[in-house]
Amino acid sequence: MLDNHPTLSHVVGRAGWYLVTFLVAISINFFLPRLGDANPVDTIMAKVTDGLDAASAKAKEEAYLREFNLVEVDDAGKVKRDARGKPVRTSLGRQFINYLGMSVRGDLGSSILQHPKRVTAIIKAALPWTLALQLPTIVFGWLIGNGLGALAAYKRGVFDKLMYPLALLASAIPAFCFGMLLVYVFGIRLEWFPAVGGYDDGLTPELSIAFLRSASYYYVLPFLSVFLIVVGGQAIGMRSMCIYELGTDYVKYAKLLGIEESKILLYMFRNAMLPQLTGLALALGTMVGGALIAEMIFSYPGLGMAVLTAIQGNDYPLISGCTLLVTVSVLCANFSVDVLVGFLDPRIRAARQRSK
Amino acid sequence: MRLLKNLFKSPFFVFGMSLFVLTLSVALLGPLFLNLDVNNRAGLAYMAPSARHWLGTDHMGVDMISMLVSGLRSSLYVGFLAGSVATTLGTLIGLYGGYKGGLIDDVLTVGTNLFLVIPSLIVLILLSASIDDGRSLTLIALIIGCTTWTWSARAVRAQAASLRNRDHVALARINGYGTLGIVFVHIMPYLLSYIFMVFILQMAAGILSEASLSMLGLGPYDSVSLGKILNDAKTNEALTDGAWWAFVPAMVLITTVVFSLYIINTSLEGVFNPRLRK
Repeated sequence: MLDNHPTLSHVVGRAGWYLVTFLVAISINFFLPRLGDANPVDTIMAKVTDGLDAASAKAKEEAYLREFNLVEVDDAGKVKRDARGKPVRTSLGRQFINYLGMSVRGDLGSSILQHPKRVTAIIKAALPWTLALQLPTIVFGWLIGNGLGALAAYKRGVFDKLMYPLALLASAIPAFCFGMLLVYVFGIRLEWFPAVGGYDDGLTPELSIAFLRSASYYYVLPFLSVFLIVVGGQAIGMRSMCIYELGTDYVKYAKLLGIEESKILLYMFRNAMLPQLTGLALALGTMVGGALIAEMIFSYPGLGMAVLTAIQGNDYPLISGCTLLVTVSVLCANFSVDVLVGFLDPRIRAARQRSK
Repeated sequence: MRLLKNLFKSPFFVFGMSLFVLTLSVALLGPLFLNLDVNNRAGLAYMAPSARHWLGTDHMGVDMISMLVSGLRSSLYVGFLAGSVATTLGTLIGLYGGYKGGLIDDVLTVGTNLFLVIPSLIVLILLSASIDDGRSLTLIALIIGCTTWTWSARAVRAQAASLRNRDHVALARINGYGTLGIVFVHIMPYLLSYIFMVFILQMAAGILSEASLSMLGLGPYDSVSLGKILNDAKTNEALTDGAWWAFVPAMVLITTVVFSLYIINTSLEGVFNPRLRK
């Protein structure tokens, strides 16, 4: 049945591939933090054992071991013990299966640093900020960057000579460096914009005019810190793509036929767009990573800040919760781009039909 | 030789190369001429630039010039090491898969694409966070090299695959060359310029990755790096104290190094790929 729908079978094929990628990503997420000896319970215990006697410390440790799924529990809900009365530790493989089940159900465990709080609750509070910041930056940055790049390739001359080095420079600045500079110049020296945070003190995140006004005021600098860099990077890619297209036979032929210039440009743009879309998918991971670090500079209440505090406090459940979420979002974004390319690119349809 | 002559005709290349050589010589020759000391206080915290301390002091009162030159050395070292590891890994995997084709190529391509999609910064964070002590500069560089090789493998594979069906490769095969012989003697030489470009970009990626890790507080414990200087400045209120000398020079250095590498790369592209010239 799928054979008659080349685009659909492309989508199904990609979905299968991304499922495999997801499994690898989640395994990395589980096993890498467990390479060392660090154990969340030891980290908490080091903090809470002060002033406790041996018996209550032991009881507390067991409670934590249970909470982090590190010990076997029998059907009655009691911790299993070995001959010497010590709790039986769950094997790493078993832990992994538990972790998979929990993650799929959307349960990422509890944070160590902000202890009884669930990781999902922390992420839920941070995620809207990161999405609101990164989605528009990347989408608009991509659009404007590509427009500028195509224009530079087509016009050449002074515009290109000026734009190209500037775009190269912009793409060479790490987002966090640029962010620091913006904070220093516009936040602290000139005091045009607030330097750190996401909204005024005393407001609570809600859908009110006062809150939105304050939040958009705080939005400007973090947005700029990533936006200009994305524009620069995309413009460079699109420029060389278009210069390449300008030299192809179909453009020359179209020119000889006397087809209107604007029409040729449109053809060219369409052809150069596809590799740029795939390029966006591949660069997405780097972009998101850079933007997360830029968020930290502004103490923006998003995921970047959550990762930073988690790393500083050795909060492993929170670190791996955030990294898992970022990875899954990047995978989803990639999948959407792939599906989009499947619809836009006639070659994919043709290849599927040929291989049938 | 012709190639070199062509390269030096390109103003972009000359500009990028001089910029890079300049930073490299500051890093290499700096310690010979300057009295660098990053372990002892030379004055009070955040002293403004003066004749004695050209770029002032940092939050501990250490001379900023010493910090910057040492940081630049570390960053370039990470760039070279991470870039070499990533380029070697990527080239080997890309060349082998691209030439072999078939199942091996499929497996290698799926593996490469897999790690291309998973953000490398995330893997870096997870790895660095799990090795809490013993995070030396060399170890960090090696980890970066092992996580950023993917796109060079992808790029080299595409090039190698396009060479696979050339006549001279077929001749070599008939003459009994083994896979490795063909890959290294008959395919790699054609891609050397390309691999060099990949190395330049991998170096830039290595320097940026180290700086990002340091900003997250996952930097090396045993050396000063440009990223660590920036992180220290940020965490110790250099921004609010108005101590621009504690972060602006480090920022300029990172950007200059990465910018010069990007410029070298694009100028090489222009020389090696005549289609982009004009």
